[in-house]
Amino acid sequence: MNFAVLQFPASNCDQDCVHAVRVLGHSASLLWHKETFLGGADAVIIPGGFSYGDYLRTGAIARFSPVMQAVQGFAAEGGLVLGICNGFQILCEAGLLPGALVRNRDLQFHCEQVFLKTANLDTPFTSRIPAHKILKIPIAHGEGCYYADPGTLEALFSRRQVLWQYCDIQGALTDNANPNGSLMNIAGICNERRNVAGLMPHPDRACECILGSADGRFIFESMIAALQSPAAPRH
Amino acid sequence: MKAKIIVTPKKAVVDPQGKTVQNALEQMGYRGIRAVHVGKYLEIELDGTDGEAVRRQLDQAAHDFLSNPIIEDYRLEME
Repeated sequence: MNFAVLQFPASNCDQDCVHAVRVLGHSASLLWHKETFLGGADAVIIPGGFSYGDYLRTGAIARFSPVMQAVQGFAAEGGLVLGICNGFQILCEAGLLPGALVRNRDLQFHCEQVFLKTANLDTPFTSRIPAHKILKIPIAHGEGCYYADPGTLEALFSRRQVLWQYCDIQGALTDNANPNGSLMNIAGICNERRNVAGLMPHPDRACECILGSADGRFIFESMIAALQSPAAPRH
Repeated sequence: MKAKIIVTPKKAVVDPQGKTVQNALEQMGYRGIRAVHVGKYLEIELDGTDGEAVRRQLDQAAHDFLSNPIIEDYRLEME
């Protein structure tokens, strides 16, 4: 499978994402933000970083990039799009995912390993995660506090769009395990159609044991399995 | 013509910056502060004279781009 990894000015996890996909035995190509075509990619990854210097709001400028218009079209056709960290913020600003990411409640930049509980295994981003498996994946962000109004939040849970929640090592959704103050410990969500997902933790930095965890593989392997299934949309 | 847009966090959204500034003011001895909200201020210099048409356009821009209505409110002033 071929993944397109978007590259904005001040993206800084683009190479991490390309490396992760290659470690998993698939191909990835970088796609500059001025491109208007996705080059026949099977899936899109919007990487972490500080696109456009985080000016105005995180992700606010990136969503106007030509490449994001192509991503909007790709998502509308059912293509798989994963936004990691700044990529999650961009997807929220672009309206492809509900809610918003605001400043961490303690105003600090958190760079640490966190534990994640997968709330829904029945999506193209989670299907290969073993049931009850607590994922260990690092975060690195200053604005990762997930917010949505009460109605949106309720809809996210009732439609099973919450994919990952911050938890402790035993899997309990405690306030102490919540690194940024996200509502309901939300770390990642998907859209109603289940083809666009975003999360603040970095699975791209957790695909090899030498990095402290290889749990990020489960997320990419889920996407690859979905792309290889006969039901996957062709682009 | 000049437009001023003031963007503030919605009351329902936790504003840790505002809270931290409030705490600092209280440590300095200021009393009677109910809340502090930290937002953004944009000043836009404009050509043209049709204030009403410009206002409508900027109102749209403030809603669609300069603020995020999920987490922020804005106020537009023309002068």
